[in-house]
This record gives sequence, C-alpha cells and structure tokens, in this order.
Amino acid sequence: MPEIVIKTKQLTKKFGDFTAADSITFEVYKGEIFGFLGANGAGKTTAMRMLCGLSRPSSGEATIAGFDVYTETEKIKRNIGYMSQKFSLYEDLTILENIRFFGGIYGLSDREIEEKSQHLIGLLGLGNETKKLVGALPLGWKQKLAFSVAILHDPKIVFLDEPTGGVDPVTRRQFWDLIYEAADRGITVFVTTHYMDEAEYCNRLSMMVDGEIKALDTPSNLKKQFGVASMDEVFYELARGAKRTAD
Amino acid sequence: MRTLRFLLQKEFKQIFRNKSLLPLIFLMPIIQLLIIPLAADYEIKNINISIVDHDRSSFSRALISKITASGYFVLADYGNSFEDAFKQIEDNESDLILEIPVGFERNLIRENREKLFIAVNAINGTKANLGGAYLNKIIAEYNAEVRLQWTDPERFSPVPKINVASSNWFNPYMNYRFFMVPGILVFLVTMVGAYMASLNIVKEKEIGTIEQINVSPISKVNFILGKLIPFWIIGVFVFSVGLFFVARVVYGIVPLGSIGLIYGFLAIYLVALLGVGLLISTYSDTQQQSMSVAFFVMMIFLLMSGLFTPIESMPEWAQVIAYLNPVTYFIEVMRMVVLKGSEFKDIIPHFLKMIGFAIFFNTWAVWNYRKTS
Repeated sequence: MPEIVIKTKQLTKKFGDFTAADSITFEVYKGEIFGFLGANGAGKTTAMRMLCGLSRPSSGEATIAGFDVYTETEKIKRNIGYMSQKFSLYEDLTILENIRFFGGIYGLSDREIEEKSQHLIGLLGLGNETKKLVGALPLGWKQKLAFSVAILHDPKIVFLDEPTGGVDPVTRRQFWDLIYEAADRGITVFVTTHYMDEAEYCNRLSMMVDGEIKALDTPSNLKKQFGVASMDEVFYELARGAKRTAD
Repeated sequence: MRTLRFLLQKEFKQIFRNKSLLPLIFLMPIIQLLIIPLAADYEIKNINISIVDHDRSSFSRALISKITASGYFVLADYGNSFEDAFKQIEDNESDLILEIPVGFERNLIRENREKLFIAVNAINGTKANLGGAYLNKIIAEYNAEVRLQWTDPERFSPVPKINVASSNWFNPYMNYRFFMVPGILVFLVTMVGAYMASLNIVKEKEIGTIEQINVSPISKVNFILGKLIPFWIIGVFVFSVGLFFVARVVYGIVPLGSIGLIYGFLAIYLVALLGVGLLISTYSDTQQQSMSVAFFVMMIFLLMSGLFTPIESMPEWAQVIAYLNPVTYFIEVMRMVVLKGSEFKDIIPHFLKMIGFAIFFNTWAVWNYRKTS
C-alpha cells in the first residue's frame, strides 16, 4: 500500500447558499500524478484552494502531507508547491531574481539557490535570458518557469491549476516532461486540466461535476467503465449531466 | 530575518523598476513644497477698494494716499457716486467701498468729529474681515495723526490712554510661510506614504502574485514588514529632501529645535501612517478601490489636521475627529519644534499618542490580512 499524501473526507465549501465543493472524498498517493478534471465552474479551483490552505473548508476533513487543513495550514504551506491559474511570478523581476526570491522565502540557503538556479536555467534552456524580466518571456516559457519555481523547494506535493492553458502543443509536451521528472523525484503532482490528452498522462483521474466527484479511477478503467474509446467521451458523458452553466 | 531580507530585496527592485512611481516619489514633494506655500497664504493683499469721495478736500486726499500707501489696497475706483461703486462690487471688481461724506474736512475742523462709511463685500469672508480691519486701523491711525496735529494730547486729552504694544514671538515677522512650510512638509510625506502603501498589497492581489505568497510559509508579520520598510525609508528620504533642500534653501527655514527629535517623531509617524495605507490595502481588491478609499481618507486627514485652519475654531465634534487624526499631531510637533524649538518633554504626549496610532493601525492591518480566506 503506497503512502497517502492527500486524504479528504466529506470536504465541503459553501459560499452563502452556493455549495462550490460538495462532500469531496478521495485519496492521493505519494509520487502519483493525480488529474483533477471537470467543466468550468465545477468547483476544481475551490477544492484545490482548500487543499493548499488558501481557503478554509466549510465542513469535512482533509489532511495534506499529514497536516490538518484547519489547524496546520502553515505547516502544509511548507510542504507544498502551488501554481495558480493566473501567472504569479513577478513580471518586473528577472528570471534569476524570481528564482532567488522564491527560493529565499522557502528557506533555501544561498548555495542551494545558486545551484538550483544554474540547474533550472540549464534544464529550461534559458541561458541567454537570465537577465530578462519575466514579463518579456513568451507564455510557454513563463509557465515552465512558474512550475520549476513551484517545485524549487522540493515540496511533497505540487498543485497545478490549469498549468497549460493557452500554451502550444509542443510546449505542453515539454511541460509534461517536467511533470514526469518531478513525479520521478517523488513529488506528488495534483493537476487540473481541460486537455483530455493530458488527462491520459495521469496515473489516476477524478471527474468533478457540480461540485461533486462523480468518477475516480485510472484513465483506462474510466474508459472501460463508460464503454468508450477516449477520455474525451468520458468527459462528455459526465459533464452532460451538469446543471451548473459554465462561467 | 532571512525571509525579510529576501522580501526587502524584491520590494526595492520593484520600486526602482517602476518608471511611473519614481518621479512621483522624488519630484512630487519638491514641486508641492515650491507651489503650495505660495498659494496657501492667509495674508490678504491686493484688496480692491472703491473710494467715493464727496468732499475732495486736502484731508480726504491725505486719507486716500494713506490707504493706498499701505500696500494692502489697490484703488479700483475713485468717484463720487455710491451707486457706481456698488455696481463694481456687484461685478466683483471691488471688495470694499469707503464713502467720504460732503464736508468731511469742514466738520472735522469745526466740530472735531466726522463719520465715514465702509461697505464690505463679504462673499469672501476672510478677505472682507481682514480688509475691513486693515481699513479701520488705517483710519484710526489717520485720526490719531490729525489729533496730534491739532491738540496736545498730554494736556487736553480727557481720556486716559492705554498703549498696547504687542510683540510677535517665534515668527516675529508673521511670515506665513514659516507657519505653512513645516505643515506642508507633513502633508506631502503623508500623501506619498499613504498612497504608495495603500497600492502595494492590492497590486499583488490584482496581478495574482499574492496567491503565491499566501501559499508559501511567509509569516504575515514578515510580509507586512517587507511592504512597510521600503516606504518607511522613502518617507524619511522625501522628508529630508523637503527639510534640508526646499525648506532651508528656498524658504530659509532652519529648525530651532533638535533635528533628531523631528526625525524621532517622523519615524513613529511613518509607521502609523503606512499602517493606515496597508490597512486600506488589505480591505481592497483592486488598485482603483484602494486609491479611491485612500483619497477619501487622506482628504479628511489633511483638511482636519489644522494645516490650513486652527482646530480650536472647529465645532466640537470636528475637533474630536481632528484629535483622532495622526496628521494633526505631526503638524503640531513640526510647528512646535521647528518654529518654537520645543524639546522632547514638551511633546511627550504627542509621542505617546503616535505610538498608540502606530500600534493600532498596524495590528489591525496584520490582523485583517488573511493568508487563508
């Protein structure tokens, strides 16, 4: 039995009368790439924000890397990386300055920051761009950089909220190479996406519809379960029943 | 401490890369200090006066030349119809009418008494009041001269005379700028500090980077300190430029009291003020919101601070607001220390209240900044 790093039970978030995430229960294992699927407005981001300690659940239980989402949010934050839907590195800082800043606030030593910066720049092939402001980089590079910065401090889990939105297919492919590499290093990857080809890359998938998790299994089992040939069709089958309109 | 160092490095880099913020920080204070004191001057000059002279005698001419020679009045019209003069007041060409009656000279000589009529356009109350008062004073002086010419006051004056001699302390020439410049220095440090601080956190909210901070183990206090310290340093810098370059070089104002004392108070004042800015920032979602609220708050802070109008003459409820306003205390301290040379023991109450403000606003800001919503 592999180690469980995320465990939720009946996790719920309400905004007034609106239940954004409804009794979510699932487990994620160490080193796994866990896909978190759902239509726009299904509650993926809300759920993810609760898991990251950014949003306090209304009810239910959850532990992240062994820490409680109500009482130990600061401990959770030490053990996770997060890449939001919105690009959130500092555009008015250079690549190196961003790496240095985020390395620094996670408590990396100057020597570690130096080593990691060199490694990262080599890995991403940004050798000639290090002095450039991040705002001047193309979107695909920004996203790869944001991911690399999110796992700079070797977190136990990294949460990725639609990391490849608006990115071209070649860069998406490269992005997933980075994800695999991180998973090989034992970092658990929790990722939301709208691309069904990306869903196929995940070890296991959950499908959220109207705030609830309607299906959870490996991509091949899901296809078998719904008797269809592609993840696209699984998605249609499930999302068609949604009552909420997309935002 | 290490985290704070990284935060400060980042903030300073961002501030110095912001091409619109830098000129604001460095040019605004100098321009403001050069312009505002010239305009915010309560010494009334160039009062337009219409004189209706029905007498046209050597005495009336002597009075008129005394009035125009005073430097406060500009002779807008000299005629013999009150209606004409009144029309000028209606057309806003004149502020005051002095009517000299027929037989002014004759009555003055024969009967030793005469009446003059002054009409004042009181739309601008201050100007009217002061203009009327100046004119009364000139006429009284004129009166005294006339009496002196004709009588020997020692022997004939039945009224015992009391001479009131006043001397102006701390600002002997009653130079209005000496009063205004220290206050305006406070004004601009307040503007620069509060606006910039109020924009800061909310900017990160708007561009989304705050999420990345909130999901990191940075403590709230560290994050707020990282936002506060750079603007604290800029505030001290702006103040120094104002005090040592503009106030000293342009206006010749050298603080009578201790510079160290001024800076000591400034240090605490800036913490309090930046706390207000950060507080606004934590309540706002967009820079626009934050700017509007900061504008509103600063307007009240500045107008209710006794900068332009004495607090003692405000209604009581307004005085309460004025004394709940940190700006009030800094302006008082500046005027006391710069013009009067007050010492630490004179401003201990101010220090205590400012420390109170600093703790209050910053605690509130840290409390209201939530990493988890």
